[in-house]
Amino acid sequence: MTSETIAPPATEVTTDDRPRLSHETTRGLRCRNCGREEALGPSYVCPACFGPLEVTYDYEAIRARISPDTITARPPGIWRYLELLPVEAPPPRGLAVGSSPLLPGARIGRELGLEHLWLKDDTRNPTLSFKDRVVAVATARALTFGFDTLACASTGNLAGATAAAAAAVGLRAFVFVPADLEPAKVSHALAYGATVVRIDGTYDELNRLCLEVADEENWAFVNVNLRPFYAEGSKTLGLEIAEQLGWRLPDVVVVPVASGALLTKVAKAFEELALVGLIEPRPVRFVGAQAAGCSPVATAFARGSDEIAPVRNPDTIVKSLAIGSPADGRYALDIARRTGGSVEAVEDATTAGWIRRLAATEGIFTETAGGVTLGAVDAARRRGIIGPDDEVVALLTGNGLKTPDARLFGLDANGSSAAQTGLTPPIRPSLDAFEEWLSSGAWSREPVGGLA
Amino acid sequence: MSGVRIPPVLRTATGGQKQIEVDGSTVGELIDGLVAAYPALAGQLLASSGDLNPFVNVFLNETDIRHLDERATAVQPSDTLIILPAMAGGSRPQADG
Repeated sequence: MTSETIAPPATEVTTDDRPRLSHETTRGLRCRNCGREEALGPSYVCPACFGPLEVTYDYEAIRARISPDTITARPPGIWRYLELLPVEAPPPRGLAVGSSPLLPGARIGRELGLEHLWLKDDTRNPTLSFKDRVVAVATARALTFGFDTLACASTGNLAGATAAAAAAVGLRAFVFVPADLEPAKVSHALAYGATVVRIDGTYDELNRLCLEVADEENWAFVNVNLRPFYAEGSKTLGLEIAEQLGWRLPDVVVVPVASGALLTKVAKAFEELALVGLIEPRPVRFVGAQAAGCSPVATAFARGSDEIAPVRNPDTIVKSLAIGSPADGRYALDIARRTGGSVEAVEDATTAGWIRRLAATEGIFTETAGGVTLGAVDAARRRGIIGPDDEVVALLTGNGLKTPDARLFGLDANGSSAAQTGLTPPIRPSLDAFEEWLSSGAWSREPVGGLA
Repeated sequence: MSGVRIPPVLRTATGGQKQIEVDGSTVGELIDGLVAAYPALAGQLLASSGDLNPFVNVFLNETDIRHLDERATAVQPSDTLIILPAMAGGSRPQADG
């Protein structure tokens, strides 16, 4: 607090209804390995030990300035938690991100043997994935630091989010993606005017390239040189879950694991909420979800190892989680173990089955990562990590329209009848023809998506 | 001599040089040679055990040495060794736990 101000309100609602901080609550950057403090800036590596940097806050100041009432009074979106994010104010222009619904998953819960399942439906952000959250925070910082170009290393969802955010604030965008990325995700990023740099290699190879490019070009790589800020955006999922449950925590959270940052930041959000007095602390088990074809963290968990052996050639339909050398894998593994959770590996056919079941029972069409997450709920439930009476929150982090064909994986769509796929053969446009087809009985009385 | 590419965060220790030529026939020899020439790099590149710092990733040309023979990987004079931060995690257990 500066000397010329006397206990001003933490935030004030401006004419455009966006909260603004009266005071900076972000202290700086600190190395997660050696604890060395660094000034706020577009840096991500400790110069002393090479460890990762993360943002630190003045929790006492935050505690004195926010309450459930102050947050509840603010407009929807991630900026309602401004004090716990590393920005002074939202950018003057930007996308409407966050405040996605927490929906009761009663029908899918019955299939999973759970009485109290919640679905955090983050399929409906501006670019249809949770990546809008992290990009919004990184973009706000990129503008503060004076960058004119936004960039990212993407497994797919981040490309669209970065491209859209750049368009909304008037920055140029370069998004780096694996050349075999799903066409829908490539088109999505192109639509916003980004340059889509296709790399003939895995995500890990293009990520290595982006580290080198970030060193040479003065670009704001949201998940490289702005990573400490970017990653903090993931906390908003945890903050929203607690608020939507009435400022309390569930028993279990199930989170898809790619880099592992999302899981670690949801855990950090819960810890910070307790630190600033918004919730009572309580133990929460964290279950991580990986695709079996790229499951370095799940493999380390199963082996009881601290070493996460990188996967050189991921082989899975779940491209959004296909990171063979996960940056935060070590931390995600530690949290899953320490909290009594687990990290589960889910086969692609199982993932596709849960995509179909979720859509047919709850009306939510999730991207592949959501299918993996529900597969992990099932696996953890069967192994006793999750009990039948536990209150469980499953994170659905992307929309199925991004991977429209993945739900069919493992099915012979062409050789199957409408009773199995829901798709009829072409029918003549006459009532007689339709009635004839209907009377054939070649259709299902139940939602067809539920069929495995 | 093989080239070793130095990331910006380490260039203070190398007098600002972006690439340094080092003698050696394996990745391990190149790293040891680099640290011998620029001792200030030891604290950043190596753990107390002498192994690579868990937050350092090393690539031979375009390949992570963890997919090769780690420090024992053979090196040709035309090769380039690239040192980069492991972003947040890396994969090796920390020497000091």
